[in-house]
Amino acid sequence: MPVLNIKKFSFTYPGVDHPSLKDINLPIKRHKITALIGPSGCGKSTLLRSMNRIHDLYPGNKYEGKIEFTDTDKNISDILDIKKENEFIELRQKIGMIFQKPTPFPMSIFDNVAYGLKISGVKNKTELADRVEIALKGSALWREVHDRLDKSAMGLSGGQQQRLCIARAVAVKPEVLLFDEPTSALDPISTGAIEELIVELKKDVSIAIVTHNMQQASRISDYTAFMYLGDLVEYNKTENIFLNPQEKKTEDYITGRFG
Amino acid sequence: MRLLINKIFLGLSIFSALIGLAFLAWILTTLFIKGLGSFHFGLFLNDLIDGGLRNLIVGQFILAGIASLIGIPLGMAAGIYIQEYGRGRYADIIRDLSDIMMSAPSIVIGAFVYAVIVVPTGGTSGFAGAIALSIMMIPVVINTTDNMLSLVPRELREAGIALGASKYKVIIDIVIKAAKVGIMTGILLAFARIIGETAPLLFTSETSNYFSLDLTESFPSLTVSIYDLANEPEEASRDLAWAASFILTVLVLIINLSGRFITRNKK
Ligand SMILES: Nc1ncnc2c1ncn2[C@@H]1O[C@H](COP(=O)(O)OP(=O)(O)OP(=O)(O)O)[C@@H](O)[C@H]1O
Ligand SMILES: [Mg+2]
Repeated sequence: MPVLNIKKFSFTYPGVDHPSLKDINLPIKRHKITALIGPSGCGKSTLLRSMNRIHDLYPGNKYEGKIEFTDTDKNISDILDIKKENEFIELRQKIGMIFQKPTPFPMSIFDNVAYGLKISGVKNKTELADRVEIALKGSALWREVHDRLDKSAMGLSGGQQQRLCIARAVAVKPEVLLFDEPTSALDPISTGAIEELIVELKKDVSIAIVTHNMQQASRISDYTAFMYLGDLVEYNKTENIFLNPQEKKTEDYITGRFG
Repeated sequence: MRLLINKIFLGLSIFSALIGLAFLAWILTTLFIKGLGSFHFGLFLNDLIDGGLRNLIVGQFILAGIASLIGIPLGMAAGIYIQEYGRGRYADIIRDLSDIMMSAPSIVIGAFVYAVIVVPTGGTSGFAGAIALSIMMIPVVINTTDNMLSLVPRELREAGIALGASKYKVIIDIVIKAAKVGIMTGILLAFARIIGETAPLLFTSETSNYFSLDLTESFPSLTVSIYDLANEPEEASRDLAWAASFILTVLVLIINLSGRFITRNKK
């Protein structure tokens, strides 16, 4: 059972007369990394942002089809059915998201990581401290920040900030993490550290990652989905997509003939 | 040719800047000479009735303080509403209204409060003055809050939502914090603006020669008293007006500078 199963999914932005995603069928497999690739504007972010319904921050979007979420207890629910505030909170704590630009909150490093925990109702000080420490260790940041947890997160480097955002998302023990071009604003060394971290996280969570970087997709992902103009053109094991693509479009894209 | 035009423009800009600076220097030196000449620390110890300014300074701060207590929460709430919740029509109407209010002459605001508060309540009062000042302050606070919140990147809001926070929690915990320095600076500048206002108080709170904390009566005001004193025939009154102007200018300057200081240190 994939953790997320996207079925006949279409998505239309408000005020746009055609759907930006058309009839998408795609599984996000458990404890695997699924890369979404495709030229700019093909709908990668739109698809990713449907999986935690972050689109709903802006009203008027139209969803069709299903996004089935199977949690660890094998309960299946359709993410697109969610309407109530508390269900949204639950959804987003189970399906975390990391953005292109690092988004540290204007507060201390500790409070950043503790933020999601506090929302989920963790109040006990020692439990908070423990879980913040675990999350920071799990994001390979503990060694660098353990002696300045009370300092502002804005003082960290870009790469550190991005790892902090990952720690913040990991702290609430999500089942899925969605990454939207998480390294495109970072230098090569920070990028390497984040890639390592993402692969490391696979043992705890399932991952979907949007990337423009072919090497990155082939280095870290298990499955790859190639999208073009709102369609899912091809989905397969990553090595098959890169070594033996079935569709002409896919081949053209990965060999750099367009995009 | 380009170069020549460039030079002419540069020359003109420098010339007008110099004229502006010259007038500023003139005003400030006159103020300092005349003001310092009649300044002594006894002014802070006595009320106007005994030839001092104590009641006026305290009164002016109380009026501006109450105006802030009314104006800051209302202005911030409206600013948050139009930036974070308002969509389309309503937000635009409030924004436009607030812009119009910001450019309304302060004497008009004074006249308005006179008509709707002073006349019905039967006389000038500290409350009426504070309300007139708060009306001056609200649009400035709306405008700063609106602008400063609009500078907070969309991703920061989305990151909060993506962690499960509700919209209002994201605004309180994250967005306002991110815009805090800018909003605080704006509020301080708004305060500096109203503390030096005369027109809105002229026929709302008027002024009083005595120390008073009773907001239902005419209320001591430094600016209104400067206006009154400057119109008196006696030399002593006019000297006192100079000293009061000097103190007021220094106060406003300090508030303005601390506004700048906050911005510079926090960014
Ligand atoms: N808020 C919006 N309103 C209307 N149309 C939008 C909106 N956001 C994106 N679109 C459109 O939807 C399509 C898909 O955009 P999306 O951002 O998902 O592409 P992407 O694959 O992530 O591109 P990129 O690689 O540049 O990030 C594009 O045609 C885009 O113009
Ligand atoms: Mg995108």
